[in-house]
Amino acid sequence: MADPSIPGGAGPGSAHPYLPHTTEDRMVMLSRLGLDSSSELFRELPSSLRMSRPLALPAALSELELLKTLKALADGNLNLDEHPCFLGAGVYDHYVPSVVDHVLGRSEFYTSYTPYQPEMSQGMLQAIFEYQTLICELTGMEVANASLYDGGSSLAEAALMGCRASGREEVLIARTVNPFYREVVATYLRTAGFAIREIPLDESGAVDLDLLAAAAGSGTAALILQSPNFFGILEDLEAAGNILRRRAPAASFVVSADPISLALLRPPGELGVDIVVGEGQVLGNHPSFGGPLLGIMACTEKLLRRMPGRIVGETTDAEGRRGYVLTIQTREQHIRREKATSNICTNQALNALAAAVYLTVLGKDGLREVAFNCCWKGHYARERFRSLRGFAIPYQGPCFREFVVNCPIPPAELNSALIRDGIIGGYPLARHYPEREELRSAWLLCVTERRTRAEIDRLAEAAAAAAALSPVFPSPEGGTVLENDL
Amino acid sequence: MKTIFERSRSGRRGLLIPPCDVPEVELDSLIPRRFQRGAPPALPEVDQLTAVRHYTALSRRNHGVDSGFYPLGSCTMKYNPKVAEDIARLAGFARLHPLQPAETCQGALALMHDLERYLAEIAGMARVTLQPAAGSHGELLGLMIIKAFMARRGDGERRRVILVPDTSHGTNPASAALAGYRVVQVRSGPDGDVDIEDLAARLGEDTAALMLTNPSTLGLFERRIEAISGLVHRAGGLLYYDGANMNAIMGISRPGDMGFDIVHFNLHKTFATPHGGGGPGSGPVGVVRELVPFLPVPVIEKGPGGYYLDHDRPLSVGKLHAFYGNFGVTVKAYAYIRSMGPDGLRQVSEDAVLSANYLLSLLRGHYDLPFDRPCMHEFVLSARKHKELGVAARDIAKRILDYGFHPPTTYFPLTIAEALMVEPTESESVETLDAFAEAMVQIARDAVTNPEMLRTAPHTTAVRRLDEVAAARNPVLRWKRRDSEKGEGA
Repeated sequence: MADPSIPGGAGPGSAHPYLPHTTEDRMVMLSRLGLDSSSELFRELPSSLRMSRPLALPAALSELELLKTLKALADGNLNLDEHPCFLGAGVYDHYVPSVVDHVLGRSEFYTSYTPYQPEMSQGMLQAIFEYQTLICELTGMEVANASLYDGGSSLAEAALMGCRASGREEVLIARTVNPFYREVVATYLRTAGFAIREIPLDESGAVDLDLLAAAAGSGTAALILQSPNFFGILEDLEAAGNILRRRAPAASFVVSADPISLALLRPPGELGVDIVVGEGQVLGNHPSFGGPLLGIMACTEKLLRRMPGRIVGETTDAEGRRGYVLTIQTREQHIRREKATSNICTNQALNALAAAVYLTVLGKDGLREVAFNCCWKGHYARERFRSLRGFAIPYQGPCFREFVVNCPIPPAELNSALIRDGIIGGYPLARHYPEREELRSAWLLCVTERRTRAEIDRLAEAAAAAAALSPVFPSPEGGTVLENDL
Repeated sequence: MKTIFERSRSGRRGLLIPPCDVPEVELDSLIPRRFQRGAPPALPEVDQLTAVRHYTALSRRNHGVDSGFYPLGSCTMKYNPKVAEDIARLAGFARLHPLQPAETCQGALALMHDLERYLAEIAGMARVTLQPAAGSHGELLGLMIIKAFMARRGDGERRRVILVPDTSHGTNPASAALAGYRVVQVRSGPDGDVDIEDLAARLGEDTAALMLTNPSTLGLFERRIEAISGLVHRAGGLLYYDGANMNAIMGISRPGDMGFDIVHFNLHKTFATPHGGGGPGSGPVGVVRELVPFLPVPVIEKGPGGYYLDHDRPLSVGKLHAFYGNFGVTVKAYAYIRSMGPDGLRQVSEDAVLSANYLLSLLRGHYDLPFDRPCMHEFVLSARKHKELGVAARDIAKRILDYGFHPPTTYFPLTIAEALMVEPTESESVETLDAFAEAMVQIARDAVTNPEMLRTAPHTTAVRRLDEVAAARNPVLRWKRRDSEKGEGA
């Protein structure tokens, strides 16, 4: 047992910066309660349940020691500030303006709770109201919620909305939707007792519309497409929507959209889409090893009562002032319990605030410029790889920010070589698409506005060099004949 | 106060984007016209200072733990250490892509692996996953695991019912419904504990699990938890632990030792990560040995070559999150556990329970106390007496705002009329507890001498009482340009 008279250390009873009670404070409180020791506070616990040993955890660290320890862990990672990164596939390296982290660092925001007492929480409530407005503007939809966990779980919730709204049980999902999202959707639907049917892609890298038409019918609850899709290819949402309306009029049309691309692309709201979801990490949130992210959801007025998540609405106070409150809470778990639209409580409010600040700071022109840069740089990169010997571009359609490259050597091998050059390469696709011959040696490359021409050129050169050095590089006649079987 | 849209002026911008250093090709040649947007989205157009002033003004119309006492029951609004904020922002954590090769993110994987072990030790579980993004997400995962386990065991088809106490948090039944279960409520007895006879009567061949919080949402320790565990397991069911109230028992008792099979943690409660105004949180889930194969993918493993992500889990329930959960939040929880150590965490729970009992002793004469038992880290009072005078729990809460405190939770649990759920946490000094008690006592007096003042509260906040009924009746859920905006001030 630590001696409290020895300064430092964190034995029982010694002072800690996060624990204001002194030994004297505790004595005063205990005596007011008529108790002799703290252990009597737990007198209702059966002795069989009381721990007889301390928790087997490392001893407490002071702040300085903590920083050193955590810094060592952080330094054990290659980070995107020091290594150009060509990974996308659901998380993207876009520039986060300094203003964003300064706003998020205001403790009135980040140490606050869900704004159940609106009079004391107008800041967060108005910020979310503005965020909802911005999402409606981007997506062209009528209403948006205050956030869900991430793009994948938002898509799952949208699928469930479709099932409930239509009374049907089968959700159609294109294989061109992000495979991680598809796995999340499948997990949610399976447990809720609904079926999922995947629609294959065609040779253009987009969903096969003929197969979609064949699959859609009276049992369809929803159709899920992603655009730009997982390969960066733009799907023909209008055509898909027409097919769905003809073949499965009760079904909901769900689209997973990219918020940055919506600065340039036709908003899903104009294309008859019922529910738009997406990943808001791209709007002012750091990649952060995959979380916290930002699940976006917006829908038509008609589906409002089925939409999960918190929603902020405008109202007035007792003196006629404009103000904001959480509203239509009868959808939510704390009121409707098992009849709620979902179980979500804590969501991603601070990440939604980051998105609102990002969209405000970038503004009408700034977001379009970022989107244009993604297009131009993505196009430039794609053409560089098209010209490299042994590399091929399997999909030719219009793409945004990402594209697929067929490599003459396994992409994982390419990536190892690139790491040695300080470059984080693209995402190997074969594991997710074993049925596609053209993806056996494929790589998904992502180019955001952060990538410079020099970085893209270096990537191409390093990839070409790595391929040339590899024992499996194609013969001088060209093509993708490999010496070893993949 | 103006919205950001009302501050916009065409031609202003808040950031310059670097000029493009590759050819600026005609958009039509990259993207066919029919895919292109007509008009650009109507985003704000403001200079950077206007944006900063706007958000600074908004922040000053908000109240966090750093602003003042925040005794929301079952939310554990404790101090959020600033060093954790700095750590989470280190480039080596914030600027990592989840799909980077494992050899380039060994530090992150090591942190997650260690945190899983710390949490497993704290709760007495065999293995933990950090994937769920919030407590209710963890509940959903827990229920999925139960379902998968029972399907494999062969009795999944008939075990369609989840039992929850009538005092349960709304997420419990909502999660059960989302997971495809039917929900049956179990009564609480007159002493506040789960009514064990009612439980026994409802347990059967159709029971999948009982979901419990311990201490309960009434702030009381479930004294018969061992008997409850025995009953549930003998009926073939599993026992699920809602970790919202774990702040009362760290280092003192463990759900695993009580008989729970699955546990979720709320890192944004017990483990001091900030609430963020509604998230991001994190809801890791721990399970006993038999349930480990069902954990979601990927699982972080340590091999001879270092840490790696294992996707090869044939019995896994699948995935609930595109990646690995809210890593940036788990970093802060890791920092907290390392800051407190085993003795510190135990002291946290002791102080939390001591403070709650102390505060209760100051208030019990002035408000109804439904259960005269020692409380744990929180307690529930009833404003039933005051309601008879025309002052509801809502009015009391609104008046507390005028004192600069955040009110306790109101109208929960549902079994207590005019409920006020108070959780001070271990972070608050005796002086703060005394000041809050003084305010509550004054309000109790005002309910008798000046009830109208309470019914029209708050009086000193940025806005007066807001009309929530009108908001729901006539929803306005986004800003739209209108002809006039009167009385919006600056």
